[in-house]
Amino acid sequence: MQIAVNVNGTEYSRTIEPRLLLIHFIRDDLGLTGSHWGCDTSNCGACVIWLDEQPVKSCTVLAAMADGHRVRTVEGLARGAELDPVQEGFARRHGLQCGFCTPGMMLTARWLLDRNPDPTDDEIREAISGQICRCTGYENIVRSVRWAALHETPGPGKADRDPTDDVA
Amino acid sequence: MQVPAYVEYERASSVDHALALLARFGPEARVLAGGHSLIPMMKLRLVQPETLIDINGLTDLAYVDVTDGELRIGAMTRHAQLLDSTVAGQHFAILHDAERVIADPIVRLWGTVGGSLCQADPSEDLSAAFAALKATMVIRNLEGTRTVRARDFHTGPYETVVAPGELLTEIKISITAGGGSAYQKVGRRVGDWPVGAAGAAIWLERDGTTIADAGIGLTAVGAEHFSAAEAEEFLRGEPATEERFATAGRIAAGHCRPVSDQRGPAHYKRHLAGELTRRALRTALTRAARAGRATVQGA
Repeated sequence: MQIAVNVNGTEYSRTIEPRLLLIHFIRDDLGLTGSHWGCDTSNCGACVIWLDEQPVKSCTVLAAMADGHRVRTVEGLARGAELDPVQEGFARRHGLQCGFCTPGMMLTARWLLDRNPDPTDDEIREAISGQICRCTGYENIVRSVRWAALHETPGPGKADRDPTDDVA
Repeated sequence: MQVPAYVEYERASSVDHALALLARFGPEARVLAGGHSLIPMMKLRLVQPETLIDINGLTDLAYVDVTDGELRIGAMTRHAQLLDSTVAGQHFAILHDAERVIADPIVRLWGTVGGSLCQADPSEDLSAAFAALKATMVIRNLEGTRTVRARDFHTGPYETVVAPGELLTEIKISITAGGGSAYQKVGRRVGDWPVGAAGAAIWLERDGTTIADAGIGLTAVGAEHFSAAEAEEFLRGEPATEERFATAGRIAAGHCRPVSDQRGPAHYKRHLAGELTRRALRTALTRAARAGRATVQGA
């Protein structure tokens, strides 16, 4: 079947088998290998991308279901040469070790901050609770997301909340 | 690498269109809602439909509202949408209790209420919640609409009364004064199926202490129809006391047939069925008291 998907602002049209999973479409058909393919059972969250406005585990969606829809992957986070604050936060706060879970973590973080610009640590942990960092680097992932929250939307009292902030 | 077997794909543009497609492709067609249970089953080749009929475009089936004294939940309501629904939480706190522990936040954005029910996993949470609430399922076919009690909906593991050519479209729950409800689940970790879980609903008489009616829903513990009819009978018309709740829990546990598996031994699951029933009843009573006219001592 023929599908047309807008990925990170670019229209792609491809002929696929209906059983093709969205993660494989993105990685193998489009060559966008930033999204990772992990557990294959919708448990680990390495394959999280956005389908329209929401994150989804793309190993559990058919590419056919994305026909006519918009997809956002980690390649679509930065604006040109300018990193998304979430990416900047992961760099500043050492939010990754091996990096396998990172694209999915960052896309969930972006979604969280769009809905809740000033999340508590508990809210950040809840948001990423369906995603696994096998390096167990959760503490720094939470700090990374908090860094992004502190730096992207100025709010009352926000800037003085992180005592470890060395980059104000 | 897990990949589904070859399958055809059709996209429905309305309920009528979905029913026409189901009629055309016959019993080997499966409805694809959120897909978060069906696609994993297809990857494991436990299900191998010839055709998938994608109903994700049926956004008119995604709603939670109150009409004519009933809470109505459209079958395409996503778990996250039910969790966010103020009216659902206000009338039936059990739904928010259960949704908070179903899968994980990302899966809840896509998985649907109707899809979960039709998948009919014997450990599914909402099946127990709707059994406790004595909900009604609305099923559409080409001839019209029929309704089924939640307790008559499942015919066995992964089997429901939804026949080929039919579509579950709505879940309805009567809103009755003096009601309170709660859900208790023990799981190994976020996103996992329960080791055991129990839901309870209590409707109090005007005196605020007598149980007019009670509903108990159980999942993952081998309870028939996801419910505990004998325990409910034991509560009906009696005072809402801690002793009675404990005995009701023991009765519920006694009628379960849990199996030992990687999530725990049968005797532990049976223990959970009883204890979680007791706790859910206790919370349901507190909420019934808070919501209405009841006066509960020591709750």
